[in-house]
Amino acid sequence: MQITMRVNGDEVTRDVEPRLLLVHFLRDHLGLTGTHWGCDTSNCGACVVHMDGEPVKSCTVLAAMADGREVRTVEGMITNGVLDPVQQGFMEEHGLQCGFCTPGMMMAARALLDRNPHPTDAEIREGLSGQLCRCTGYATIVRSVHWAADHPAAAPAAAGAES
Amino acid sequence: MTTVEKPPYERPIGYGRLLRKEDPRFIRGKGNYIDDINLPGMLYGAILRSPYAHARIKSIDVSAATSLPKVVAVITGKDLEPLKLAWMPTLSQDTQAVLATDKVRFQGQEVAYVVAEDRYAARDALELIDVDYEILPAVVDPRKALEPGAPVIRDDKEGKTDNHIFDWESGDSAATDAVFAAADVVVKQDMYYPRSHPAPMETCGCVAQVDPIDGQLTLWATTQAPHAHRTVYALVAGLPEHKIRVIAPDIGGGFGNKVGVYPGYVCTIVAALVTGKPVKWMEDRSENLMSTSFARDFHMHGEIAATKEGKILGVRVNVIADHGAFNGTAQPSKYPAGFFHMFTGSYDLAAAHCKVTGVYTNKAPGGVAYACSFRITESVYLVERMVDCLAAELGTDPAELRLKNLIKPEQFPYTTKTGWEYDSGDYEVTLRKALDKIGYSELRKEQAEKRQRGELMGIGVAFFTEAVGAGPREHMDILGLGMADGATLRIHPTGKAVLGVSCQSTGQGHETTYAQIVGEELGIPPEDIDVVNGDTDRTPFGLGTYGSRSTPVSGAATAVVARKVRERARIVAAAMLEASADDLEWEKGRFFVKGDPERGKTIQEIAMGAHGSVHLPDGIEGGLDAETVYNPPNLTYPFGAYICVVDVDAGTGKVVVRRFLAVDDCGTRINPMIIEGQVHRGLTDGVGMALMEIIDFDEQGNCLGGSFMDYLLPTAMECPDWETDFTVTPSPHHPIGAKGVGESATVGSPPCIINAIVDALKPYGVRHIDMPATPGRVWEAIQKGKQATA
Repeated sequence: MQITMRVNGDEVTRDVEPRLLLVHFLRDHLGLTGTHWGCDTSNCGACVVHMDGEPVKSCTVLAAMADGREVRTVEGMITNGVLDPVQQGFMEEHGLQCGFCTPGMMMAARALLDRNPHPTDAEIREGLSGQLCRCTGYATIVRSVHWAADHPAAAPAAAGAES
Repeated sequence: MTTVEKPPYERPIGYGRLLRKEDPRFIRGKGNYIDDINLPGMLYGAILRSPYAHARIKSIDVSAATSLPKVVAVITGKDLEPLKLAWMPTLSQDTQAVLATDKVRFQGQEVAYVVAEDRYAARDALELIDVDYEILPAVVDPRKALEPGAPVIRDDKEGKTDNHIFDWESGDSAATDAVFAAADVVVKQDMYYPRSHPAPMETCGCVAQVDPIDGQLTLWATTQAPHAHRTVYALVAGLPEHKIRVIAPDIGGGFGNKVGVYPGYVCTIVAALVTGKPVKWMEDRSENLMSTSFARDFHMHGEIAATKEGKILGVRVNVIADHGAFNGTAQPSKYPAGFFHMFTGSYDLAAAHCKVTGVYTNKAPGGVAYACSFRITESVYLVERMVDCLAAELGTDPAELRLKNLIKPEQFPYTTKTGWEYDSGDYEVTLRKALDKIGYSELRKEQAEKRQRGELMGIGVAFFTEAVGAGPREHMDILGLGMADGATLRIHPTGKAVLGVSCQSTGQGHETTYAQIVGEELGIPPEDIDVVNGDTDRTPFGLGTYGSRSTPVSGAATAVVARKVRERARIVAAAMLEASADDLEWEKGRFFVKGDPERGKTIQEIAMGAHGSVHLPDGIEGGLDAETVYNPPNLTYPFGAYICVVDVDAGTGKVVVRRFLAVDDCGTRINPMIIEGQVHRGLTDGVGMALMEIIDFDEQGNCLGGSFMDYLLPTAMECPDWETDFTVTPSPHHPIGAKGVGESATVGSPPCIINAIVDALKPYGVRHIDMPATPGRVWEAIQKGKQATA
């Protein structure tokens, strides 16, 4: 079947099997490998992307369900060469180690800040409760999200590339 | 004039908080994990696994699967037999089936391997393979496995008539018995350290490619030990080692799960050889949880002996270790129970003895994984629980009892009754720091008040000593490969550096930490140093990353190789300055003439000079590059004092970890930010193990923890805001005084939390509760306590 959607601002049209998962569509068909797959049961959240601005677990969304929608992935977090404050915050506060959960974690954090720009610790923990991280123990992730909330104007991406 | 914009943070040259060099790619989604690798014409592998724990294979019919469009090949054990690859050696010198030929011995065991043009087609084909099984009785409980008449799991081994793997002892049995016979107080406790799983966020997988002309095999794989894997493939498959390149790209967490050589890797290599095309294989989550290296599964009987005044005299332990269907544990070959003989803990004992019996069962193979430091998790859990049991028996405060028995600073180096030589420590200072920082006496007052009101609050104390950084290689090897690690350091003419190390980061931040070690030794800024790991063609040989080896071994190799560069730089600088090498002094980044500090050369100038036209003394070839192999003289012994506070809901049995303070001593601290992150991770493991995680089985051997729906991991909701602090007791034998830290918190935190829960349940007479202390188990313990006191 043919599907068309906007991914990180670009319109894409592909022929796909109806059963194809959105995570595999993004990774294998569009080469957007920043979105990771971590479990089969929508527990881990490594695959979180935004669909029409809402966070979804792309391992439990069919690519066909994204037809006509606006999809944003970690690769789309940088806008006009500027890192999203969430990305900068994760670097500043050591909110990642192996980096595997990080794209999904950041997309969930972005969605949280979009609806609640100044969350409390408890609100951050609840907002990220659908995400598993095996490396950080979450405390530095909570700090990272606070950093992003405190620095809504992001640093230039060039500085981030150096750090 | 050129102005250089200051970076948004301080960048130390050398040790200190430094943001990670690896993060810019990760936060952009530009990491390069196995499943991100796509090669032209690549095929996909998928594994058919056994639905039964124990069954004889009567026949396998692959015809329907083979005829499916897009399916390229289906490989069974029969196909591997002529290649002598149906079985492979394990890291414990046992054998393991690559693809089952005679029987399946655990649920999830590999039976057939499909190669197809896409990953969906490969999975479709699995469903069309028809295997005729004759179901056999499963052996699930290792104690029953030892009973006479138990079904023999490993009847593939000639003459094998039982399920016994090994008996192993450490310490002095007779001396320990004598100490126990004379002791005022003896306390006994059975405890089970449940089977758990490291469950890294990225599952295991690989991509294999064979060059059809020169036969070169390139294997991108989720491995923590790329060099060891290369040698194993050479030995197992008979491939020439110089024609094998193993690349570990970015690894999405390891925790010991990615040390072993799994059947999937071997099958994928075979598939690439057979099809002539690159092949990718990636586990799904259930495959990861059900078939790859699990952790723990130790049934322990502990005994502790003391005087009535609370002087601990001895510890005695008997263990039945469930190793699953194949003995695939990964530890130095002389130590079948790993480093469990660290169970003497942090205490000065008169005698100690342990006996460990390894047993086959119809479960997945493994046992040594999950940040366990070769089973020190089990040993520290045992001794820290026993000390608390003794404190309860004596009516003593558990912190006071520990203070009374900790090894004293003047006793270091301290040789334990099981033969370990602890390098350095000042334990009492660390424990007192933790007690002060958390406000221990105030917490006890709060607890007393709450008990008056019927509220259940518990305070847990644990002290641990770790042994990390294996070898030396004359005592420690895996399959004959001594546990040492290499480092190479290339210095380009402009003073930029490339360090190659044999260990492999699985998220620990090696690219940053090792650049800091080089920076500390040579004064080269971190952004001018690239650290390469995980590619056998670009790094020197070494045994890899597990058991917190990276800093103690590869970190030492890095410091040593940097010092070699510095000594070469001294000779070159002397030639450039027309001075005697002995007359030069070093300050970070620069040699200068003694008494004439203006007359000097920076390391960058020296690098250019080493490749320039300056006349060098006879025997000096030019260039600054150096290499080394570091064979550690001893392990390093980090330690720590942990205290936590839990609240237990008496109505539901739910445990909340309200506070957790970890005071760690890992010697010299290279990057405190990264150390803190490592500690946080291990503390989270403690919450998982103490409260949630277990891979359990039913009587038929069905795995009950085969997905994240059933195998529960801590989320941000279960974890408190970790509190950390530190003391610094450098290792006397490590070049920079550093000790490992990666697994310290995984070792120290589970007993701390269980001690706190038992402390909370004291009003109900509870002395022990097995992990995981789920609400159901805690609630039951409360009910039993109520009945007993009613």
